[in-house]
Amino acid sequence: MDRFLDTFFNMAVLGRYAPAILDGALITVVLSLLIVSTGIALGAGLACLRAYRIGPVSFAIVIFADVWRALPPLVLILLAFFGLPNVGVVLSSFMVLYLVLMLVLAAFAEEIVWAGITATPKGQWEAARSTGLSFTRALVFVVLPQAVRMVIPPLTNRAIAITKMTALGMVIGVPDILGQATTAQSFSANASPLTLAAIAYVILFLPLVIASRWLEARFTPPGA
Amino acid sequence: MMLSPDLPGASSGVALSIENLHKSFGTEPVLKGLDLAVGRSEMVFVLGPSGSGKSTMLRCCNRLEEPDSGEIFIEGDRLTGPGVDLNKIRQRIGMVFQSFNLYPHLNALGNVTLALRQVQKMPRAQAEAAGLDALDRVGLSARARHYPAQLSGGQQQRVAIARALALKPSVMLFDEPTSALDPELVGDVLDVMRDMKAQGMTMLVVSHEMKFARDAADRVIFMDHGRIVETGPPEQIFGNPQEDRTRAFLSRFHG
Ligand SMILES: Nc1ncnc2c1ncn2[C@@H]1O[C@H](COP(=O)(O)OP(=O)(O)OP(=O)(O)O)[C@@H](O)[C@H]1O
Ligand SMILES: [Mg+2]
Repeated sequence: MDRFLDTFFNMAVLGRYAPAILDGALITVVLSLLIVSTGIALGAGLACLRAYRIGPVSFAIVIFADVWRALPPLVLILLAFFGLPNVGVVLSSFMVLYLVLMLVLAAFAEEIVWAGITATPKGQWEAARSTGLSFTRALVFVVLPQAVRMVIPPLTNRAIAITKMTALGMVIGVPDILGQATTAQSFSANASPLTLAAIAYVILFLPLVIASRWLEARFTPPGA
Repeated sequence: MMLSPDLPGASSGVALSIENLHKSFGTEPVLKGLDLAVGRSEMVFVLGPSGSGKSTMLRCCNRLEEPDSGEIFIEGDRLTGPGVDLNKIRQRIGMVFQSFNLYPHLNALGNVTLALRQVQKMPRAQAEAAGLDALDRVGLSARARHYPAQLSGGQQQRVAIARALALKPSVMLFDEPTSALDPELVGDVLDVMRDMKAQGMTMLVVSHEMKFARDAADRVIFMDHGRIVETGPPEQIFGNPQEDRTRAFLSRFHG
């Protein structure tokens, strides 16, 4: 029991590295907020663009969405971090992690919002157009709000899954929660910093999971 | 608005004129050269068997369905052909659908004011005043803040009518406005239509409400297979139809 406590809950180690983990938590939060806000916005934007059904544009969007959904994010992160400098693009590890996860989320969000757009009854378009709304206005004011409400559950699930992947930043040295914790663990030769990391993740993500439940309940379509 | 007298359909009393309208879906001709002129303040009822092209004709009248050929005029202004500002001219043609098609994420007032705000660019206060006025005309100003899911079918259809009315259209098109309603809710919607007629609205109505057609319509047309088979005042169409097909169709309703 002592050994267990000393391994996972070594008070001296916990105290020494708590500030670093806190710094890491800040980075994780900032990164997550950036990824979720811009990723979903980009995905929804692409889904809207696809609604115009311009052949080559739709084709390009589908290819983007399929490729970015198919590849493991870790592969993309390593490719971007170690590959891009060879073609003259040098990005910070933070930037690489942000861009990759943001684009992965955008790819999923595009497919999810697109499903919502196609599931919106045709009569909604017709009513909007018959009152003189242009295609774009009908999309923005009538169809998109309904489409997004319809897909809030899958969208929040996907957003949570992606933000948890910020932990992948460790492999390219992003000083987020896990990055700080693994550094601390190798310096202290003790697993307690990882315990701290786990606690930090729970504190950060549990409210998010609970909030997503609330969102889902609130936007469950009537009759579903 | 200037009406030049040599334009087809521009004669003083015509609100909506359809000339030689053709429409096919694939190789299937659905409208085979329709001609119809609806006078200002006239209520014209359209009867006909399922698949005869009634909805297609109405939908061509605001180009929700694109006609293959033929012309349509709203108060002398051409609706068909290239170069027409559709979003502008559609505001002059109110459309009421069988399934209401209210926007579920907006309350009644939001439904009614959306086009006022986004197309006519009315300031909020003015749009809401106009919206409440339109809701008042259908007897629902007290339900302005209710969402569609909180309204009965009849109330939803009346909000849909108000949504069209708010744009102050020249013509209103109704596609089976009461077919999706429970029988006890039909009367409220028909009463609203009666009021609109009394106030001089031009209306083209596809409906199976024969009793209503009899006592409210100025004219009834019977359509079959994409053509107008017979047209006349309700007394003639219901009392003494000239065409066999009209008689056969009506006999199904009289049992
Ligand atoms: N979008 C479409 N694509 C293909 N065919 C269509 C389309 N819309 C209508 N049709 C066909 O055109 C014909 C006329 O349809 P329409 O809806 O105008 O008839 P209707 O007189 O309104 O019938 P109902 O009383 O059943 O509403 C039907 O045979 C229908 O199947
Ligand atoms: Mg029909």
